[in-house]
Amino acid sequence: MGRYVALDGNSATAEAMRQINPDVVAAYPITPQTSIVQTFSEFVADGLVDTEFITVESEHSAMSACIGASAAGGRVMTATSSAGLAFMWEVVYVAASTRLPIVMPVVNRALSAPINIHCDHSDSMGARDAGWIQLFSENAQEAYDNTIQAVQIAEREEVRLPVMVMSDGFITSHAVERVEIEEDEAVKRFIGPFRPTYPLLDIDNPVTYGPLDFYDFYMEHKRQQAEAIERAKEAVIEVGEEFGKTFGRPYGLLEGYKLDDAEVAVVVLSSTAGTARGVVDDLRGRGIKAGLLKPRCFRPFPSQEIVASLRDKAVVGVMDRSDSFGALGGPLFMEICAAFQAHGVRTKVVDYIFGLGGRDTTPDQIESVFRDLLQIAETGEIERLVNWLGVREGKQEVVTAA
Amino acid sequence: MVDLEAGWREIPEGGLIVEAGNAVEYITGGWRAQCPVLDLEKCTHCLFCWIHCPDCSILVEETKMKGFDLDHCKGCGICAQACPVEAITMVTE
Repeated sequence: MGRYVALDGNSATAEAMRQINPDVVAAYPITPQTSIVQTFSEFVADGLVDTEFITVESEHSAMSACIGASAAGGRVMTATSSAGLAFMWEVVYVAASTRLPIVMPVVNRALSAPINIHCDHSDSMGARDAGWIQLFSENAQEAYDNTIQAVQIAEREEVRLPVMVMSDGFITSHAVERVEIEEDEAVKRFIGPFRPTYPLLDIDNPVTYGPLDFYDFYMEHKRQQAEAIERAKEAVIEVGEEFGKTFGRPYGLLEGYKLDDAEVAVVVLSSTAGTARGVVDDLRGRGIKAGLLKPRCFRPFPSQEIVASLRDKAVVGVMDRSDSFGALGGPLFMEICAAFQAHGVRTKVVDYIFGLGGRDTTPDQIESVFRDLLQIAETGEIERLVNWLGVREGKQEVVTAA
Repeated sequence: MVDLEAGWREIPEGGLIVEAGNAVEYITGGWRAQCPVLDLEKCTHCLFCWIHCPDCSILVEETKMKGFDLDHCKGCGICAQACPVEAITMVTE
């Protein structure tokens, strides 16, 4: 049996890392991820884990050390946020392309400038094409559960890809919640022993990692990567089911809330889904058929599953906690639009950019989104495709050109 | 040597080379513009050429300089520069 404790998201993640007991952790502190590696370094100092903890001089070095240790044959983890992830950039791709099952909690934080330490999803959304599996966590419990599952998913023979486990900076990372921490032995049994493929330390079977790869083979290696992350979808489902059987909390690619008979639905990642759930309850109490879809897995993108759960809705409002400047809209919005188009779904979709740099997103704001959706459902007219939620428009009257 | 026609399902994942020492099967001699030529009468078998060759292309038998592995020699000319008795000259191919 697990035990219920009061922990913030970062402490819960550090607990998961203690139980995973990786061979190597190479990490650099960055707000708001810092307390993960700080807490974990205490576990190392106290002898509670067998981990070789490498204190590096930067995130680029952290990921580089992780790549080396993973290729050597170790179970490897790190953690980062924001500028730290941006600084890792080059080697984030190398980890995925070299098919190394590294697990990295990413505590979401805005990117500079202006400098800001609070939550939005620009950091991990920027890395969405890097080839990593991306899981988003709503709360401390999910951050803990996803970190444990990530190890299994990453190390699956048919996958062998690194996994990022996201949680919202400060909102999840630093807020104390009730978290069920499972028994050490049970977690150990769940993740099982690490079986490296082609470890560099197997000196009887020498291999080469990272050779030059030109036009004659590079494309075949990319094709393999595309296949592996596609296969990861099934692995995420299977591991989520297995986790449910073992610990009583099942997980899938996405989670719907009062979605089946909903007329209008909001799609949102991570902690805001918790606020949105309350708004849905409130609206349902007033007879409005509102629903919520919370994707858990963003990469691989569960397009078929999202289409299946939203295709019969009148209007869908997507909430993006990051913009993709100059694009049609935020990243989640664009993926959903593309999925709808590809599957011939004509449901209307509108985008709401929200919560940038830690801007609070209140139930009132989410309710205003639902009200917009209801109006669009009634009139069939979309006034603005991409909206900024909770931004000050100022007192000046806006003059629009005719 | 890996099959150059191999499809993406048939090659090791992650760009790994899982067969040790297969660089010997990669014939790089075709890159050469200048070819080393040995004058055995001048050669003192000091093996400076063997020490300096970046491609392990100096053939040695029982501590004696025997010639060049022209399948892998890229014609860089370092052996000719290193030779203290000018026993190696570079000739345009």
